Amino acid sequence: MRPDSKAKIAFELNGEPVEVAFAPHKTLLEVLREDLALTGTKHGCELGECGTCTVLLDGAPVLSCLVLGLACERRRVKTVEGLAQGSRLHPLQEAFAALGAAQCGYCTPAFLLTADALLADNPSPNRDDIKQALSGNLCRCTGYIKIYEAVELAAARLRGEKAEPARESLYGRR
Amino acid sequence: MADGKRRKVGRSEGGSTTPGGPSNRPLVQPSHDFRVVGKALRKVDATAKVLGVTKFADDLSLPRMLYCKLLRSPHPHARIVRIDAARALTLPGVKAVLTGKDLPIPFGILPVSQDEHALALDKARFVGDPVAGVAAVSEEVATAALDLIAVEYEPLRPIRDHLDAVEHPEPRIHDYGDHGNLHKLINLEFGDVEAGFAEAELVREDLLFFEGNTHLPMEQHAAVAEWSPDGKLTLWSSTQTPHYVHRALAKVLELPPARVRVIATTNGGAFGGKSDPFSHEIVVAKLAMLTGRPVKITLTREEVFYCHRGRHPTLMWVKTGVKKDGAITAMHFKSLLDGGGYGSYGVASTYYTGALQTVTHHVPRYKFQGARAFTNKPPCGPKRGHGTPQPRFALEVHFDKIAEQLGIDPADFRLKHLVPPHSLTANWLRIGSMGLAECIRKVVAGSGWKERYRKLPYGQGVGLACSSYITGAGLPIYWNAMPHSGVQLKCDRGGGVTVFCGSTEIGQGSDSVLAIIVAEVLGLDPFDIAVVAADTDLTPVDLGSYSSRVTLMTGNAAIQAAERARDLIARHAAPKLEAPVERITFVGGRVFDAASPERGISFAEAVQLAEAAAGTVGTVGSYTPAAGAGKYRGAGVGPSPAYSYSACVALVDVDPATGIVRVPKIWIAHDVGRSINAAAVMGQIEGSIYMGLGEALMEEMAYRGNRNVVHKIPSLLEYKSPTTLEMCDVITYVVEDPDPNGPFGAKECGQGPLLPVPPAVANAVYDAVGVRIDEVPITPEKVFKALRRKEKGEEPRFGPLGFPDLPWPEPTRVAPPWEGGDGRAGEGGRGREKAVGVTAGRRR
Repeated sequence: MRPDSKAKIAFELNGEPVEVAFAPHKTLLEVLREDLALTGTKHGCELGECGTCTVLLDGAPVLSCLVLGLACERRRVKTVEGLAQGSRLHPLQEAFAALGAAQCGYCTPAFLLTADALLADNPSPNRDDIKQALSGNLCRCTGYIKIYEAVELAAARLRGEKAEPARESLYGRR
Repeated sequence: MADGKRRKVGRSEGGSTTPGGPSNRPLVQPSHDFRVVGKALRKVDATAKVLGVTKFADDLSLPRMLYCKLLRSPHPHARIVRIDAARALTLPGVKAVLTGKDLPIPFGILPVSQDEHALALDKARFVGDPVAGVAAVSEEVATAALDLIAVEYEPLRPIRDHLDAVEHPEPRIHDYGDHGNLHKLINLEFGDVEAGFAEAELVREDLLFFEGNTHLPMEQHAAVAEWSPDGKLTLWSSTQTPHYVHRALAKVLELPPARVRVIATTNGGAFGGKSDPFSHEIVVAKLAMLTGRPVKITLTREEVFYCHRGRHPTLMWVKTGVKKDGAITAMHFKSLLDGGGYGSYGVASTYYTGALQTVTHHVPRYKFQGARAFTNKPPCGPKRGHGTPQPRFALEVHFDKIAEQLGIDPADFRLKHLVPPHSLTANWLRIGSMGLAECIRKVVAGSGWKERYRKLPYGQGVGLACSSYITGAGLPIYWNAMPHSGVQLKCDRGGGVTVFCGSTEIGQGSDSVLAIIVAEVLGLDPFDIAVVAADTDLTPVDLGSYSSRVTLMTGNAAIQAAERARDLIARHAAPKLEAPVERITFVGGRVFDAASPERGISFAEAVQLAEAAAGTVGTVGSYTPAAGAGKYRGAGVGPSPAYSYSACVALVDVDPATGIVRVPKIWIAHDVGRSINAAAVMGQIEGSIYMGLGEALMEEMAYRGNRNVVHKIPSLLEYKSPTTLEMCDVITYVVEDPDPNGPFGAKECGQGPLLPVPPAVANAVYDAVGVRIDEVPITPEKVFKALRRKEKGEEPRFGPLGFPDLPWPEPTRVAPPWEGGDGRAGEGGRGREKAVGVTAGRRR
């Protein structure tokens, strides 16, 4: 294969089979954004430092800027575009929106997917479990607090509980 | 009158909406009247953000788009002898190369600092200064082309920092400035401070240093330019200030402003770092004009560090005289800022390091001397709190030491001698509502301060600090008499309303503020309102998302536009409802007679009546702040329609063996005037605490001073910022002391709560282990060194040791209000010096 000729692979993307051709040096991040036009996956450094490009590869969070597109052949990739359930938001998305866990929204896709993987592993994480799971994702807007609260709210709802945001977290103490 | 008799000011002096607008609205309405305002609402853009469909600048892609890369100087200070781009142009796929001579017109955010070129013209002023730009068919080709551009540099002695700049007036980095490499020198005196010190029972001096740090938005700056052969330029950019970018593009590219369109894409974090017009924006625009193809640039993370415009490293000296009960008799404050290679907002930043010392506690006589140095580093500018976190750190640590010397609990000290609401300060700032006492009481009670202060075991401590911040700068960046914010409103016969405004969404929730306010006035749901923002072709000017101005200024403009629409619709609905127009009420999507609410029509029907009778239903609103009270040179920085207030208690855990400081918890109380969106207020406060914590403990722009002034750590991994594992718990108290100038009483909350965090942490470290760290960030090695000094019986402190002598100009002397002045320079307001600059001609 010539270095400038495109590679073609097939993999599962957000539950659907997909085939894509791309320059073989491209990262999964670049393939998603540039060759599949899925710009929901963001980047903050493209050096594996900030967690902003996190997607799920076979269910596990990976930094898509450090994964070669070629390494995804026949594997399962989930991006933020695959979170919503039809026309309804995923409970994590619902909780992030309700609590203001997304401010500028740039790191949000990565936090959602990392939290999605956490909840798949541990449906009842405590605050420390959440902090550990999200410690590789940087957010400059929220101070992480609304993100923790949103993950806890979504976890409760996913467990079938009738949970609502605490008044104090939305209004503070008065 | 030197004891500080305070002048009260009237309640109706701030701000005006356009003449001819409805003036009968009650400035502050009781909260039970609100149906939308003050609730915890989902932001209007939240769903798009959690779906990942919000389009940020780098998400844009246009057909035939080229990619731009910038060649940057490897030298901190060098003359450019020769640039040869011929070889780069021969590389297949390269479409154009630009160098400094292609863009010779200078620009800069401030009219007094037009000192930047899109590409260095004859000189590079920091490592990373752009010197050439390439457009090519791919980023790879553009990057390869950079290696083919030959630049011959003649290195000059670099100026490493502010002290180096003081010692070395030559070689000059710029050929303008007040003295050698000192860009700006300020000397202001409000009353006779020496007489004040003579009256004091304790006079204390302190030296402090605040290291520079950067915004670190998660989104790297990006821009896309498109040129149409009919002479129109469009630029999409991650900018907080599309209006100023619009002006800079028109100037440098010599295009009629009417042919330039700037669209600010939603910013992926900004914090002040996207407030300047930037080299890369101008370069892609010029490349699009040259090639006839769209051109895009996305900065690498390393390049974002070179754009910088972050917190100025600031050396400070403060001297305060107090009576035994803590009453201040006089204060003298000096600051020296390390400005980096260009002016940016630096003149304003320098004034800000002296402006707000007077707005929390009464200072009857005040002297401020401020200086900014040019140095060969990325330019500093406005970061969250713009120029005020540094002096606030100095002041609150200084107050902690004074309280200890007086034997007064620092919380009690701060509850005394507060600036009264609706008063003028020594430097002629007009204070409106002032909820600081309530803030202090909240955090003192909530944190168990009285049970903890000086009572915790060795290694644990609590510290307290207060602060205040402006709600929008009182003056525009360039002198003009036009509104600071404009809103247009269109009511559709289907019942929808579209609001057009130049304000820019940077994650703070400005789009939602517009929707909420219009919905409140017109009795609609915020999701009935469509928001069109930040597009210079489509939206009226808003000056930008900086200085915490948007909620107040666009909010007031939106109220005016919505009230005009409400009045127009009511006039034409009244006959149908057989009710007098003043009883027509807008609630819940209905329009009805307040006397018989069951008889009503839908909002859409009411709009149709108005449209049938009067034509298309559209209104405008605008907002201009009132002129400041001060009329002296320099009085343009500090005045604001309203001041927010904060108080903070930090709990720290210090490991004496390593010097590592951990902050498990912070209590913050913030006087926001009135919450427009309660959930967004919480997010702004918590985010401010987070950023303040990072500045307190770890964030710093570090340079290899002895090795060519290279940035040590231009990466997200090495520039330490708090992760989930460092972030503390936050207990937030929202205090609402409505300000007559705020929309429904609202004041800012996005910057102010950052300010008290660094001093609260520093004061808590002292409570924990008895050493003073008079410098942020409070890193383990500083604590460790101070503890070693304490063990050896030396001064238990880490911090700066001196403040250099500077060639200060003669002071501008302005009598404080209680000494009979009128806000002008010259004793007693006799007008020795006339008001100049942006304040001229604005006397009310």
